[in-house]
Amino acid sequence: MPGKKIRVLIAKPGLDGHDRGAKVVARALRDAGMEVIYTGLRQTPEMIVEAALQEDVDVVGLSILSGAHTTLFPRIVNLLKENGLDGVLVLAGGIIPDEDVPALKELGVRGIFGPGTSTEEIVRFIREEVNPSAGSGHRP
Amino acid sequence: MCDSFGRKSTLRQAQDTARDDMAMELVERLLTGDRRAIARLITTIENDRAEAQEALAALYPHTGRAHIVGVTGAPGTGKSTLVNELAKAYRKRGRTVGIIAVDPTSPFSGGALLGDRIRMRDLSGDQGIFIRSMATRGSLGGLARATADVIKILDAAGYQTIFVETVGAGQAEVDIAKTAHTTIVVEAPGLGDDIQAIKAGITEIADIFVVNKADREGADSTALALEMILDLDHLSHLSSRGHRWRPPICKTIALHGEGVGAVVEAVEEHAAYLRESGNLQRRERERIEGELRSIITQEMARSFFERLDEAQFDSLIDSIIRRELDPYSAAALLLEK
Repeated sequence: MPGKKIRVLIAKPGLDGHDRGAKVVARALRDAGMEVIYTGLRQTPEMIVEAALQEDVDVVGLSILSGAHTTLFPRIVNLLKENGLDGVLVLAGGIIPDEDVPALKELGVRGIFGPGTSTEEIVRFIREEVNPSAGSGHRP
Repeated sequence: MCDSFGRKSTLRQAQDTARDDMAMELVERLLTGDRRAIARLITTIENDRAEAQEALAALYPHTGRAHIVGVTGAPGTGKSTLVNELAKAYRKRGRTVGIIAVDPTSPFSGGALLGDRIRMRDLSGDQGIFIRSMATRGSLGGLARATADVIKILDAAGYQTIFVETVGAGQAEVDIAKTAHTTIVVEAPGLGDDIQAIKAGITEIADIFVVNKADREGADSTALALEMILDLDHLSHLSSRGHRWRPPICKTIALHGEGVGAVVEAVEEHAAYLRESGNLQRRERERIEGELRSIITQEMARSFFERLDEAQFDSLIDSIIRRELDPYSAAALLLEK
């Protein structure tokens, strides 16, 4: 029986080489029945948005530990908008200082998950925000 | 449910019309090469073929132009890395490239981890390349159910060479040979003795063999084992079916791009062979016949189960459990109606 699947892009922008957290989340989302496209390390904002467009994902999850989120995230969010992907749910994980959270939320990063977040919490958040049974509700 | 049926069907009709309009708009944009439209239509086809049927019908006249190259082989032989290098080589020749990379869906969770893009980061930023990852979604045989339709989409959108990378496949996942014009089977040294290669299946579908990771120990003996199989195959094929094409064996170190040029040459030679020998038309006819048969089988099964009397179905199962009836007789009873 065909059915809709939640598709998630997990990407690591920036130059840090630590992708353990990203892999743990990717695996957890797979186990929750989602299709996870994992793109690997050191992705530029352009690469991430191009992959999101081609893969037609519902969610982009960004993992960053290098502290470069204040420059990279605005660029990614703007590129998503430029490509007509403003309906895509953008999530962030990794090391993000509390004082940066309001600015990122303002930017449109809807979920921010720091160290110690359970994977169940991330799964629940995605399921609540993306409702594919309602005919791709997040889309224009 | 039953009392609201009339209202529901009117609503359904209105929804159908709106859906078709949206699909047709996507087709128009797709034919101009709009990448977002391509991506959206692929999703529609993956999720629900009925919804995409009008769109597929509209774009079908624009298909049949691309050369489809299948890339298959055991997990870890370097399929994605090879596709990455082949795509770069074809771009240098000025051809546009579509890539469909299939990975398995977990039979337990229904989810999938699609990781082929990791090896294709070189291709990012090139508007002449479109990469799509697909999960098998329960389909066996190394491809997803919708892969053939996704090929049609990329073909209609104007991609000239389309690579289809199968799931890590071993011995029975041979659907790719029915789908592709040219099938590349990727081997790597050290994956088993030469009996593995003689058994059946995947070695029989190769139009081109690639022994990747050729800098590793055992590459020569892998190539030699393949040569030996080809000697046997070639003799038996020559006598039975008059084949003229003997699959070349290319050694590559895909990670460094070494030997990839020879693979491109082999693909081009095979394409020319298909055209000149008349095998292209023969394969096309076989492929379409297979596709038509499988669509009819699916549609008949679907319409049968839609009209199924669930109560009778359940009671027949009970009879089978009690050994009063066998499954074949029960199926015959249901199909009679």
